[in-house]
Amino acid sequence: MSKIFRFHGGVYPPEEKLASQAGIQVAPLLEKYTVPLQMHIGAPAKSLVQKGQKVLRGQLLAEPGGYVSAAVHSPTSGVIKEYGSCLGVNGTQWPALIIESDGEDQNQEPMPPISDWQNTDPKILLKRIEDAGIVGKGGAAFPTHVKLSPPPDTPIDTLIINGVECEPGLSADHRLMLENPDQIIEGALIVAHILQAKNIYLGIEDNKQDTIELFREKTASTGAPQVYSLKVRYPQGAEKHLIYALTKRKVPRGGLPLNVGCVVQNVASIYAIYDAVVNGKPLYERVTTVTGNPVVNPGNWLLRIGSSYADALKLAGGLKEQPAKVISGGPMMGVSVYSLDIPVTKNCAGLLFLSRSQLSQFQSKACIHCGRCNDVCPMRLTPGMLGIQIENDRFDLAEAWNVLDCMECGCCAYICPAHRPLVQHMRRAKTEVIAKRQAAEAKKSS
Amino acid sequence: MITATVILLIIGVLIALAIGLVVKFFAVEVDPLLEQVSAIMPGTNCGACGYAGCAGYAAALVGRKAQPGDCPAMSDSLLHQLCELLGVEDVKKERRVAVVFCSGNDQNATRQAFYNGVNRCRDAMLVAAGAKSCTYGCLGLGACAQACPYGAIEVRNRLAIVHPELCRACGLCVQTCPKKLIRLVPASAPIHVFCSSPARGSFKRNACKTACIGCRRCVKAAEENQIRMNGFLAVINYGNPPAAEVAQSCPTAALRANVTQVEANKDSSI
Repeated sequence: MSKIFRFHGGVYPPEEKLASQAGIQVAPLLEKYTVPLQMHIGAPAKSLVQKGQKVLRGQLLAEPGGYVSAAVHSPTSGVIKEYGSCLGVNGTQWPALIIESDGEDQNQEPMPPISDWQNTDPKILLKRIEDAGIVGKGGAAFPTHVKLSPPPDTPIDTLIINGVECEPGLSADHRLMLENPDQIIEGALIVAHILQAKNIYLGIEDNKQDTIELFREKTASTGAPQVYSLKVRYPQGAEKHLIYALTKRKVPRGGLPLNVGCVVQNVASIYAIYDAVVNGKPLYERVTTVTGNPVVNPGNWLLRIGSSYADALKLAGGLKEQPAKVISGGPMMGVSVYSLDIPVTKNCAGLLFLSRSQLSQFQSKACIHCGRCNDVCPMRLTPGMLGIQIENDRFDLAEAWNVLDCMECGCCAYICPAHRPLVQHMRRAKTEVIAKRQAAEAKKSS
Repeated sequence: MITATVILLIIGVLIALAIGLVVKFFAVEVDPLLEQVSAIMPGTNCGACGYAGCAGYAAALVGRKAQPGDCPAMSDSLLHQLCELLGVEDVKKERRVAVVFCSGNDQNATRQAFYNGVNRCRDAMLVAAGAKSCTYGCLGLGACAQACPYGAIEVRNRLAIVHPELCRACGLCVQTCPKKLIRLVPASAPIHVFCSSPARGSFKRNACKTACIGCRRCVKAAEENQIRMNGFLAVINYGNPPAAEVAQSCPTAALRANVTQVEANKDSSI
């Protein structure tokens, strides 16, 4: 067992993993599914079906709208009721297909299983991953086939499986690992085969001792993937920080993990890759945690993509008190939502309800220059100074002070004694700086 | 004592001489016309003319690279003076004002969420495009009011309102508004459609009491070609604006005169 390296900064929020002991339950069939066509980074998927058309479970509903895009599949059998729109997590309307279930849940003929993947050309496996519409299920929803196709001149020697799940509250990945260890190990080997990576690491935080022991036991004979127990610290699950913690390699500024020969994949994505390759099953369901103090039965459910948040809450037994805030994702990086009509997407790892006592309402005050944000920033930025610059619309200064390196993990806002909305400032500055650069580029090209 | 005085006197005379020589030999010729033209400029450096501030525009005018009518903030009398100075024909310019095409203030528009983030329009835009149910409506955090160099925009009940008598149509607010709600229109137009949402009438009715619900009554009440429908939204043809009476046909008061003008008329009647 080699050494674990400690990255700079980070915070220790209360873990609050209420649902970590609740096994994954399969959600019953719903009457209606709202499947958004843009659940990934990149171009929206192009719809292939007509209104009134009958579709089967697993049928391709929309093909990728470009290279960086992902296919969308039907979560059940039924009729396309409408090609309309739905409320998205970010509060805007997303194009979506509304499917009325026929209750039979007929499966389409699955894609031919590739059980002999060891002797299969990686290109065929990549095509399968693309056809199955797999995206990064950890949160960013970046199309996986793009991530697994590094340029030929950058060799990848290390595949890192991200089982950290550092966000408080969430336990979907934990349960998935605990209940499907063999599949995840095989999925990891498939991805390593695609990348021709020598080392396979699996990083798990030590608040999931049962999982670590299970995986150590399973991999005792083969040694792949190597299981690492990481000390709990947020944001250990961030790509760059997990790479540093396991390999001590530093991803260069503005670079990608593949610049240092690494690829990081979330365990849920690995599981989906296993399903797609070995079982020929496209990605139309995922494990989502529904948790929080106001929820009657916090737990983890295998939900079809397109179930609404209200359906997910119903499965968890509803609410015992009025929640003060509803967050899609974890409490640190999740998005607060105002409606439960939003559908579950491919990257929705959790749905968190906060009671009034858990929520602190505050007025943000002036920066007192205590410097705590500098201490906790895992990217070694100076969030306090950046916040002041951005408040004064000095986006040029913010750019020079590397605001684009910010990954919006929220450590600075979490620790700030003056309750400054630092993450919102950073996000604003990032949009402004990116818009400025795009404008400059457009000018140059014209 | 005397030596010191004498030395200082000599130094003084020498410096005076040097200054005199510098002024004589290094004098910069200033075009008297440029000075006069600069004096006429509004001096707010709003940049609406397309030049780098008022000085830049003045230089362009004197160099005959710019037209006298390009400054939207200049009043008619000053424009007349400017034309005389430059010796060109009088330019007639139609006065325009900015209008915020939204009437969803706190009483009229419903809110879907509680927003307590950074109190600036562009920051609020990043969070679910604002707290109001209508995603097209005014955020009411006053980015336009801050941008206005003439203090012509007021935020009242979370809705930006333009005071037309103060507006000089420089267009800075038009560029600033993240929702693209502000346009410059002829000041002579008596009424406007204070709604920008292209959504369906039923949706708009739930989101805002004063939305244009697309009932077309105003189109019928007005003369031909004065108001046209753009989907579910009535749009005034500012080339041929309808009369003020047409506003009475609107069931939701989306079509009306500017609030500040209504108030001004009320005050004068008392």
